[in-house]
Amino acid sequence: MATSTYNLIASQVVGSGGASSITFSSIPQTYTDLLVVMSVSTNASGTASANGTNINFNGVTTNRTYKRLEGSGSSVSSDSGSNIPVGTVNAGSSGVFSNQQIYIPNYTSSNYKSVSVDSVVEYNSSVGTQDLVAGLWSSTAAITSLTIYPDAGSFIQYSTFYLYGIKNS
Amino acid sequence: MADVIEVNCETGEVTTRPQTDEEIAAQAAAAAQAEADAKAKADADAAIAKAKASAQAKLTALGLTADEVAALVG
Repeated sequence: MATSTYNLIASQVVGSGGASSITFSSIPQTYTDLLVVMSVSTNASGTASANGTNINFNGVTTNRTYKRLEGSGSSVSSDSGSNIPVGTVNAGSSGVFSNQQIYIPNYTSSNYKSVSVDSVVEYNSSVGTQDLVAGLWSSTAAITSLTIYPDAGSFIQYSTFYLYGIKNS
Repeated sequence: MADVIEVNCETGEVTTRPQTDEEIAAQAAAAAQAEADAKAKADADAAIAKAKASAQAKLTALGLTADEVAALVG
């Protein structure tokens, strides 16, 4: 019988009160990799490209870096910085949600933790963007919790988060 | 202010609580930094676009065709 290698660990759908952040804690240390799949929007205002979301591990916000490639269909740009963005969002409660996948291999190892993100945000207009992010958390600690939070505002109702565990054997 | 939501993966228990003052301050700082980063990126992209347009105009003035300019500058 085949061994199950891809399991839903936990999920959360944001209720009517919104959420300033989502934390998955006490993550089992029995998988090889983690995958977060999410569909989110926020109630933030301001510059669209500033309405990003970030991730931290074990509640630690230091020693994070990223390289990002962003395309809009008509232009492309890249940047880097000292956090781990996991995608821009369509803010302003417009009801159009962005979609992201965050892959975290070898999350229990004592090596630094790499993070790969692919993200698509549709603004329900002529604008849509896609992000690819290579993130790094320079820590030897095993990941036991992860927190996803918007740069501004709060996640609105029906934002969804799924945490999967993947085994390589 | 929306609550913090924590999902315990072992027990399945979902806990909600208000943000602490420290969390509120950290998010405000992150928001300000994100806004500043976005503006800096937009300014840099605009500068590149302006330089590209200038280069294209100069190449055209030298006698290159539109196809040739596009091949060089995209």
